[in-house]
Amino acid sequence: MPIGKLESITAPARATARESPLMPREVPDPLPMLRQMLLIREFDERIIGLRAGGDIYGAIHPYVGQEAVAVGVCAALTRADRVTSTHRGHGHCIAKGADIKRMMAELFGRIDGYCKGKGGSMHIADFSVGMLGANGIVAGGLPLAAGAALAAQLDGKRQVAVCFFGDGAVAEGEFHETLNISALWSLPLVFVCENNLYGGSSPIDVQHRTTDIAVRAAGYGMPAVSIDGNDAMAVFEAARAAVDRAREGDGPSLIECRTYRWHFHNMLRATIPAETRPSTELAAWRARDPIARLASALLSRRTLTEEGLTAMRMQVRGDVDEAIAFAQASPFPGREALLEDVFAASCCHPARACGTHDE
Amino acid sequence: MSRSLSFAQALDEAIAEEMRRDPKVIALGTEFTGKLVQQFGPQRARLTPISEAAFTGMGLGAAACGYRPIVNWRSVTFSFVAMDQIVNQASKIRYMLGGQADFPVTFRCTSGGGLGLAAQHSQSPYSIWMHLAGLKIILPSNPADAKGLLKSAIRDDNPVVSFECVRLNDAIAAVPEGDHLVPLGVAAIKRSGTDVSVVALGYYVQEALAVAQALARRGISVEVVDPRTLVPLDVSTIRDSVRKTGRLVVVDEAPPTCSAAAEITALVVEDAATFRALRAPVERVCGIGVPIPYSPPLERAALPDRERIEAAILRVLHEPASGSTRS
Ligand SMILES: Cc1ncc(C[n+]2csc(CCOP(=O)(O)OP(=O)(O)O)c2C)c(N)n1
Ligand SMILES: [Mg+2]
Repeated sequence: MPIGKLESITAPARATARESPLMPREVPDPLPMLRQMLLIREFDERIIGLRAGGDIYGAIHPYVGQEAVAVGVCAALTRADRVTSTHRGHGHCIAKGADIKRMMAELFGRIDGYCKGKGGSMHIADFSVGMLGANGIVAGGLPLAAGAALAAQLDGKRQVAVCFFGDGAVAEGEFHETLNISALWSLPLVFVCENNLYGGSSPIDVQHRTTDIAVRAAGYGMPAVSIDGNDAMAVFEAARAAVDRAREGDGPSLIECRTYRWHFHNMLRATIPAETRPSTELAAWRARDPIARLASALLSRRTLTEEGLTAMRMQVRGDVDEAIAFAQASPFPGREALLEDVFAASCCHPARACGTHDE
Repeated sequence: MSRSLSFAQALDEAIAEEMRRDPKVIALGTEFTGKLVQQFGPQRARLTPISEAAFTGMGLGAAACGYRPIVNWRSVTFSFVAMDQIVNQASKIRYMLGGQADFPVTFRCTSGGGLGLAAQHSQSPYSIWMHLAGLKIILPSNPADAKGLLKSAIRDDNPVVSFECVRLNDAIAAVPEGDHLVPLGVAAIKRSGTDVSVVALGYYVQEALAVAQALARRGISVEVVDPRTLVPLDVSTIRDSVRKTGRLVVVDEAPPTCSAAAEITALVVEDAATFRALRAPVERVCGIGVPIPYSPPLERAALPDRERIEAAILRVLHEPASGSTRS
């Protein structure tokens, strides 16, 4: 099996494939992609201050720097396709089409949040757009995505599933088990590894002997590519090939996106954690900004003007302002919400059912 | 002589002292606090990939071959990825193999809610481990006990799980100098009293003490018992206390179903002499039986607090509620 080349994920050329209403456009409009990347960046830059200010609680993991991956992959998907995400999940949510107002309300712990305030940043989900959830467990989303792919295979409606995960997740058993079974069953699944060179604060070479993630796939009998994850259009191309393959019933594949996070791993309290990575490395990756890259390509092609770009930036700032105002206006959930949602609607009181003796 | 240390510093100190004392003590984990790698080198302080199943089992395997590994899961959340190694292997291996070898491995984890980390990262699952027979369990409530218990755990020849409440991490208190050891299986009376026994676990020991102090001003004398280890559990200290006071309130943040609080209650009521001494039904003040929610008002409602502890104490005393701990 060829490894590491884009051609190694060959999309089947079937005439009917393009006619399905489920298919994304052959080449997506790059302007909405740029706008989405700007929105993700604005959202995740703003939450840092909101966490420091105490409007957001618990842990946040900013996605800044990796925007091209979520946006490039989701541009190759339809609304009916499904994704699972990670602890660093806001970008995947936005790219899959979630409403940032309800995302922000979730981070604020409010009733209008996607999970009624019960989940927070690490458990954000929007089933209506096929975003099946961020995850607090490294590699925890991979089997779930394979389950979605199994359902899609059984349904026969040509949907696919995508799981996003980090380089750190490749050390977990769930990664290996899920690759094996999905290849064995030819599941319509795309594995998207965001290799940002660190698992938490641990450099990749402390985590893996083989720091190329893509080569792992060969052992399980599936094709893989390793690409520049800061190039949104390259991500889209690779994702489209992998998604087409999955949609045609030809099984899973893996895309390793080489990228870098711009900020700390996570923020658990009001103070911003100190940077532990080399400043030269950080500077080099910041110079490869995925947003600047797409924007300058569009500017030089005259698909975009400087004024247009400025307007877009203003727009996403306004969108995030609005999302914050929406979150602030939403009430906290009432005490009654505590006992709801443990079980599906049933004849017994959920608190009784789980043995709670609440006075 | 003693000095003030945080809970986290006390635990770091315990590990460093035991690693210095015994070259067979090694550490495994995805991240270390303190200066473990600088002090002991990367051979003994092993940074692992994010592979909990593997490094949990490796701790057990190395323990069978002459080492005393300290496996750090960090949050107990991540231990669930290693369930086979804990449930099928660590808890049973010595017995199944007829006692041919000892398995002196220590598993460390943080537990508990209160930090807005939502359901997966706010769990207190010690009763799952208690149920297994074959794992010892420590649950310290202050820096001195944390250090002394962890040192004893590392020297113990069995798998021991150390639960370290996240909300205690920054708690600062006096820790004795020198080789401070707290034996496993010995509860501590943290405050003596005559009217009611409160058995509190982990973080809730300090909360029970605060309530006891507030109630003392109203002439109510509360005894606070801290079991400190759940396996082995110091039943006689708990029963003695209940025989003296005739009343029991058990406080823990884990939900009540099949919990440590349930076990403590059963051990109290099934002893004839203690049962006869009871003058009121036992009360449990536990977390509500739901996955811990993220939103702060819901999380607060899910976890025990001083108000609920006081209300339960007053109920077993048949006293009207007063709100003395309400601020
Ligand atoms: C099973 C498990 N072990 C440990 C953790 C703690 N943890 C959270 S994120 C993280 C690093 C993950 O690295 P990677 O998969 O590369 O994702 P990145 O943070 O780089 O996006 C770790 C160790 C966890 N959440 N789940
Ligand atoms: Mg990573």
